[in-house]
Amino acid sequence: MKRDTQELFDEDPLEGGRLMTADVEDPNRRDILVVAASAFSAVGAASLIWPFVHQMNPDAGAQALASAEFDLAPVQEGQAITVMWRGKPVFIRHRTAEEIETAKKVALDELPDPVSRNENQPGTPATDENRTIAGHEKWLVMVGICTHLGCIPKGQTLADAKGDYGGWFCPCNGSHYDTSGRIRKGPAPRNLDVPPYTFLSDTKIRIG
Amino acid sequence: MSNHASTYEPKSATAKWWDERLPVPRMMHDQFVDFPTPRNLNYLWTFGGILTFCLVAQLVTGIVLAMHYQPSDAEAFNSLDRIRRDVNYGWLIQAMHATGSSMFFLAVYIHIFRGLYYGSYRAPREILWILGVFILLAMMATAFLGYSLPWGQMSFWAVTVITNLFSSLDAVIPGLGTAIVQWLWGGYAVSGTTLNRFFSLHYLLPFVIFGLVILHIWALHVAGQNNPTGLNIKSKSDSVPMYPYAVAKDAFALFAFVILFAWFVLFLPDYLGHADNFIEANPLVTPPHIVPEWYFLPFYAILRAIPDKLGGVIAMFASIAILAFIPWLDRSPVRSAKYRPVYKWFFWLFVIACLALGYLGSKPAEGIYVFWARIFTAYYFAHFLIVMPIVGAMETPSRMPGSITEAVLGKSSKKSTSADAH
Amino acid sequence: MNATRHVTTLRIALVAAAAMAFAQGPALAAGGGEAIHFERHDWSFSGMGGQYDRNQLRRGFQVYKDVCASCHALERVKFRNLVQPGGPEFDEEAVKALAAEWPNKITDGPNDEGAMFEREPKLSDKVKGPFKNEQEARSIHNGAYPPDLSLIARARNVHNEAAWYIHVPMMVRDVLTGYAEGGPDYIYALLTGYKEAPEGFHLSEGMNYNTHFPGHQIAMVQPIPEGGAVEYQENAGAKASLEQNAKDVTAFLAWAADPSLNERKKLGWTVMLYLLITTLLLYFAKKRIWARVKH
Repeated sequence: MKRDTQELFDEDPLEGGRLMTADVEDPNRRDILVVAASAFSAVGAASLIWPFVHQMNPDAGAQALASAEFDLAPVQEGQAITVMWRGKPVFIRHRTAEEIETAKKVALDELPDPVSRNENQPGTPATDENRTIAGHEKWLVMVGICTHLGCIPKGQTLADAKGDYGGWFCPCNGSHYDTSGRIRKGPAPRNLDVPPYTFLSDTKIRIG
Repeated sequence: MSNHASTYEPKSATAKWWDERLPVPRMMHDQFVDFPTPRNLNYLWTFGGILTFCLVAQLVTGIVLAMHYQPSDAEAFNSLDRIRRDVNYGWLIQAMHATGSSMFFLAVYIHIFRGLYYGSYRAPREILWILGVFILLAMMATAFLGYSLPWGQMSFWAVTVITNLFSSLDAVIPGLGTAIVQWLWGGYAVSGTTLNRFFSLHYLLPFVIFGLVILHIWALHVAGQNNPTGLNIKSKSDSVPMYPYAVAKDAFALFAFVILFAWFVLFLPDYLGHADNFIEANPLVTPPHIVPEWYFLPFYAILRAIPDKLGGVIAMFASIAILAFIPWLDRSPVRSAKYRPVYKWFFWLFVIACLALGYLGSKPAEGIYVFWARIFTAYYFAHFLIVMPIVGAMETPSRMPGSITEAVLGKSSKKSTSADAH
Repeated sequence: MNATRHVTTLRIALVAAAAMAFAQGPALAAGGGEAIHFERHDWSFSGMGGQYDRNQLRRGFQVYKDVCASCHALERVKFRNLVQPGGPEFDEEAVKALAAEWPNKITDGPNDEGAMFEREPKLSDKVKGPFKNEQEARSIHNGAYPPDLSLIARARNVHNEAAWYIHVPMMVRDVLTGYAEGGPDYIYALLTGYKEAPEGFHLSEGMNYNTHFPGHQIAMVQPIPEGGAVEYQENAGAKASLEQNAKDVTAFLAWAADPSLNERKKLGWTVMLYLLITTLLLYFAKKRIWARVKH
C-alpha cells in the first residue's frame, strides 16, 4: 500500500503571494461597490462610539437630582444655611437690611470682578441687585465654593470669621468676600457663583 | 517574524522617519497587507478576525461597565441594576458585554473545531495550538469570574459549587483542598471578599489573553496559515496577498457574525442567561437547578459523569488539558481531514459528542442523563487517546492534489505560473 | 454523488426540524416534577416589533398600587420613572402628588439632632414598600416573604421539559421569533391559576392551591378575585376582570423590570436594517475583489 507522505516543511514556504503591482494599480480597486461597503462599515463603527462616550455623562439618577427644592421658613434674618445641590454646598443667607445696604453702596470699579456671575442674569454687572432675584433681595443664594482653588469659605455660622468685608472668608489662601458674595481682596478671581434658582413661594426655592 | 523579504517602501519623508526608528508601518504592511494567504481558505478561517473583534468588544464594554460597577456584596447587584436603568445606554453596554461573552465562546469553539478538522495543530504549528489552549483556559477563567460579578443567585451558587470542587483535593492530602478553597474565598464561605478579588482578577485576565493572542498571531505568522488541503504554500500561485483578499472576506464574515450578536443584544438580551440571576444572591437559599452558562455545559456534564468527586474534577480539567497533546496524539500522515475518509466520520462523532454533552450538562445529574453523559465522556477521551493515534496511523489517505493551486484550479494546472494568480 | 446524498440528508433533517419546531410540543414545566402547561400570550411588547401599551401600563400601575403595594415593594423603580418616555408616561405633577401621598415614607437623616426621620417621597425617590426589611416582612407573613416586584418579570421563566429532539427546535423557534416573555407568561399564569385543590391533594396549613406555582402550594392568597380587583376609569381602554387586571399588572411589572424595552426594540430594527445592508454590500464587494482570482 503506497502511502503518500506529506512534506511538513518546505523551503521558504512564504515565497509566494507577493503583492502584485497589478493589484495596487488595478482600477477595480476604486470600484464604487468597495467604496460603498467600506463607507457603510465605517459609519456603523463610528456611530457605535456615541453610547460609549455618553455613558460617562451624568446618569438618570444624577440628572434627577439636578433640581432640588428647599424650605426657607426656618431661616431667620441674619442666619444662613448650607444645602447640598448637585453635590456642591450652596450658601443661602437671609440677609439683614444692614448687610444689603453695605453691599449696595459699593461702586463697581472697586470690585476686582465686575461681572455678576449670576446664572439667572448672565453677563450683567456685579451690582447687588444683579446678585439676587428682584423682590427677594433678602435672600442671597450662592455656590459655596471659593473661585480660587475650590475650598469652602467660612462665614455661614455666627462664630465663623467673616473677613474684612463682613461676608465670607476663605482660610485656604485668604480670599475675602463681601455681603453680596463678591470677591474684594485676595487671590480668588471671580465672585461666588449664583446658581439658577426660582422662588416657588415666598419661603420655598428650587435650585436648578 | 516570517522569513519572507519585506516589500514595504516608505513613500513620504514621515514614513521614512518612522521606518528608521520604530518600523511599525513596515510590520503592519508585511504581516497584514502583503502577507501571503492561501487562496483556498474557506469561511471557517474568518473566525480569527472575529475573535479579535470579540476580545476588543469585551475589553471596551467591560472597561466602561467597570466605571459604574461596584464589587461589594452590598452594592454589586444594585450597581448593575443602576447600570441597566439609569446609566446612559447602560442597558445596551451591559447587554453587549453579557452577550459578547457567549459570542466569544461560540466563535472560539468553531475556531477550534476548524483546527481539529484541518489539522491546524500539526507541525510546525504546535506552539500556535498550545497557545490557543492557554487562551481557551484564560477565557474560561475570565468568564467564570465575570459571571460572579452580578452577584445574583446563579452567580453566587456557581462560585460556591465550582470553588468547592477544589476541596476534592482533601482526598489526596488531608486539609489541602479545604485550605485552598478558603484561600480562594478569603473566608469560610463565599462572600463579598470573594467577589472583590474576583473582580480584580476578571479585570486582569483579559489583558493576559490579549498578550497570549499577540503571541498566537506571531506564531501563526511564522508558519503561515493552514488551509483546507493541509498543504503548504509552495509557489506564488498558491497564495494571494492578505489585503485586499482576506481582509474583504474577514470584513464580510465579521458583519454577518455581528448580525447574530446584535440579534441577541437587541431582541433577546436575557435569552442566553438565567432568570435566577435577577434574584439577589442569598447564601441561605439554593436555586433548584444550578446550571452554568451554555458554553460550560459540556465540561459540567463531564464533571458530573464521574461518580467520584476528585475523579470528576480531574476529568473536567483533563478534558481541556488533553487538547495540548493533540499535535503528538494525531499520527496521520496528512494534516487535513478532507483527505482522511475514515477519520472524518470520527470527527463528526466527536462534534455530536460535544453537543450531546452540552445538552446533558443542562439536565439534572440523574437517571438516563447520567448514563448518556458517561457514554459521551468516554467517547470524548477515546477520540483523543484512541482514535487519533490509531486511525491516524492505520488509515490510507485519499488522493490529494499536488498543490493548493491544483486544488483550486484543477488537474490541468498542476504547476503554478504567475498567470494563474489572476 | 456523495455530495448530493449529503445534501439530501441535510434537507430532510432541516424539514424535520422545522416541522418539530412548529408542532405543538408536549407540556412545558415550571421546574420540579411533572410538566405544567404554560400558555404563551400575545403581549403588546412581544416579539421584534413589540412595544409597551401606555394605557395598559397605567392600568397595571393602578392594580399594583391598589392590590399589590400593600405587601410588595417596588424599590428599584423611582417615581420619576413613571413620568419618563417608554413607560406609563404619567403627568409629572400628578406623580409628584402621588409620591407625596405614598403611604410608605422615605427614611432620611440624620438631622441636626442626630436622629433619623421619615419624609414624603419626592420624584427622585424610590417606590418604597411597606416593610423595613425582609425580616419584618417574614415575621408578619408566617415566614413567607412577599418579594420586591421590580425585577420579578425577568427573575421568572417558563421551563421547557420536552425531550431533546423537541426542545432544540423549539429553542430555534424562540430565537427566531424573539420570544422573551417567559416571565410575563409565568406571572399571568400564576395570577390566574388559583383553583380549588384537587381530590387527594394535601394542602398545608395557610397555603393556597395554584395550578402554575412549582409544587402547587403558594403562601400568597389569591390577590385578584374573579371579576377583578380594580375598577378602571372610563378612558382607561379596558374593562376590569380577573384576566384584565392580571394582564395589565403583568405588563406593568414587565416594564418595571425592563424599562428600556421600547428604545431597545426600536433600535433593534434600525441596527438590523443597517447590518443587513452593510453585510450585503460587503458580500458583493468581496465578490468583486475576488473576481480577479480563480477560487
